[in-house]
Amino acid sequence: MFVDFFYFLKGKLPVSITEFLTLLEAFDKGLISDMVSYYYTCRSILVKSEHDFDIFDRCFASFYKDMDVEFPQSIKDEIWNWLNQPLDFDNLPFQLQMPPGMIPKDLEELREYFEKIMNEQDEPHNFGNRFIGQQGTSPLGHSGKNPFGIRVGGSSGARMAVQIAEKRIFKDYRKDIVLDTRQIKVALKRLKKLEEIGKQDELDLDKTIDETCKNCGDIELVFHKRRKNDIKVLLLLDVGGSMTPYATLVNKLFSAAHQLSHFRDFKYYYFHNCIYERLYETAAREDNRSILFEDFIRKYDSKYRVIIVGDAAMAPYELSERYGSIYYYHRNEIPGAIYMQKLKEHFPFTVWLNPEIINPDWACYTRKVLSKIFPMFNLTLEGLEKAMNYLRKESRHLPSLTKNVTELLYH
Amino acid sequence: MASNYQFDQFIGNVNTDRIRYIADPQLRNIVNVSIALERPLLVKGEPGTGKTLLAHAISEALGKNLFVWNVKSTSEAIDGCYMYDTVQRLNDSRFGSNDRNVNNIKDYITYGPLGEAFVSNEQVVLLIDEIDKADIEFPNDLLQELDVMEFYIKETKEVIKANYRPIVIITSNNEKELPDAFLRRCVFHWIEFPEKDFMGQICQLHYPNLKRNILMQCLKQFYSLRLYKNLRKKPSTSELLDWIGVLLKSGITADDLEKDIPFLGVLIKKEQDMEYISKKTGFSVKP
Repeated sequence: MFVDFFYFLKGKLPVSITEFLTLLEAFDKGLISDMVSYYYTCRSILVKSEHDFDIFDRCFASFYKDMDVEFPQSIKDEIWNWLNQPLDFDNLPFQLQMPPGMIPKDLEELREYFEKIMNEQDEPHNFGNRFIGQQGTSPLGHSGKNPFGIRVGGSSGARMAVQIAEKRIFKDYRKDIVLDTRQIKVALKRLKKLEEIGKQDELDLDKTIDETCKNCGDIELVFHKRRKNDIKVLLLLDVGGSMTPYATLVNKLFSAAHQLSHFRDFKYYYFHNCIYERLYETAAREDNRSILFEDFIRKYDSKYRVIIVGDAAMAPYELSERYGSIYYYHRNEIPGAIYMQKLKEHFPFTVWLNPEIINPDWACYTRKVLSKIFPMFNLTLEGLEKAMNYLRKESRHLPSLTKNVTELLYH
Repeated sequence: MASNYQFDQFIGNVNTDRIRYIADPQLRNIVNVSIALERPLLVKGEPGTGKTLLAHAISEALGKNLFVWNVKSTSEAIDGCYMYDTVQRLNDSRFGSNDRNVNNIKDYITYGPLGEAFVSNEQVVLLIDEIDKADIEFPNDLLQELDVMEFYIKETKEVIKANYRPIVIITSNNEKELPDAFLRRCVFHWIEFPEKDFMGQICQLHYPNLKRNILMQCLKQFYSLRLYKNLRKKPSTSELLDWIGVLLKSGITADDLEKDIPFLGVLIKKEQDMEYISKKTGFSVKP
């Protein structure tokens, strides 16, 4: 049952064997006495983030609910076997004070006992150790703590844990839904590469010792530069049109990145749908406040990490055709896809964040093309973290993307 | 039970001069599970739900000494174990010292909180507070120390092994995600925000003389404040307790509380929230 549950969970959550063994250790030490404590202990040991509690709750509820409602034949036999087995009462796993007479020797005896007590009893007996009632250590009744009893009415401990799980109180903590400025900042902070920058104000111990020795023991202090984050970031934002519904979300990302004094350099530009020969400094995209694509490439070296935010949804010709731009008077001599490809070639560390969260199979054509040029992540906390991790790994193997865009554009 | 420890050793209710604390049954159970399993307990939860206080309460309840390691953004794993004061030694080698022997490196090694907890002659409680403040790699550097409970001093080539495995409580505010390898070794608990009834018990513990009707009125106002979804920082347990303290000192009556929230500034800490609340409720905002 536990192994099955572990594998059931493994499909949905990152649970490891180490943790499973810890759970078994908890059983071994007798730390789990009923389903409710099983639920909490199991959750504490197997799940390490409140973001995953909801997933765990759903797994727990669906796994153990079925067990209670529909008893599979095989498990039933197993339980009957347990019940029919002679029990070792000297080494009880639970510390219960039961008078010896009340412990049934086998199922037959328990049934007899039940019938006997049922005839005797004429009023409620809760918290007792003998009669049918709630709580207590009597083997008869429900919500009690006798491990060998019969449940009479009420709901079993198992159901109760399932009910806790079914409440799904951790729904709001799911990571794939919420995204606020602070969380974005934390995610962006992942982008870090320490380099020696700035004033020489940190004591270099090794060199100090060396120099002091050379100086016949007269202390000679040596300082070196402090290590600071060397990451430079360019944020390119798609604005207007189909991006309007996502304006609040993109604003949050922008303000988070802007407020964060974490990067060595942070610059941002705007575009609409696709990047052509100009990138704009304001969201209004005026020509007099813009930079030519060639100058842009020249101005920012390839060490810049580029984050493009957009839904990548446009008419296919905006990407594939000469004069394809969405603006009628805008005559782009080179198709947008070529600019995109150039961008990618110049900045090897580029990611695309997409606020439109849909199944990749349903994505529009241009999104499919662009996601072959740039690694594309959802603009959720999870996607943002993945994107930052991708940008952080400098020299490690980066997945190679299709080199030839034109091949993609014309099937 | 065959083993030498006693399960359920932490009862969860602490009421002494120094610490007043109640843990809910789940938290109490998890604390005991983590002690029995000898795994560090990682506690997360909304700010002000008593994460740090938990370690103090455990130490008080079990009568064990507490060592606190307050993690900073510049903290490194080695700081918690020991520090080797080279500059002092360098200085002493030049100018001499009466208390320390320059040839004895041990004179220049001081233990950090983790080291102190290891060399202690009895079992202690070790609190690693706000582990997420430090660098992302920080928890990974502590794996060996927390797993086998030993560390190596490279200057003296010594291995410091824990005499008694400390009870380790780690708190995190979720600023950074902790590495998986580290998480696998911990028992995790998320402290839920207390329900109204339980909160009543907490307030009673701190203010035993508090009148029932005032308490109910306070709780009503407090939980209604928390319902506002757009608050940047929701008031938490610690703020509620401070607020009740202020109310008691000012000699307020239950009737006053019905119409207004006096001393709102104790509950709401951000200016924007203050404006938002006074707009929504129409309550006067007095300092």
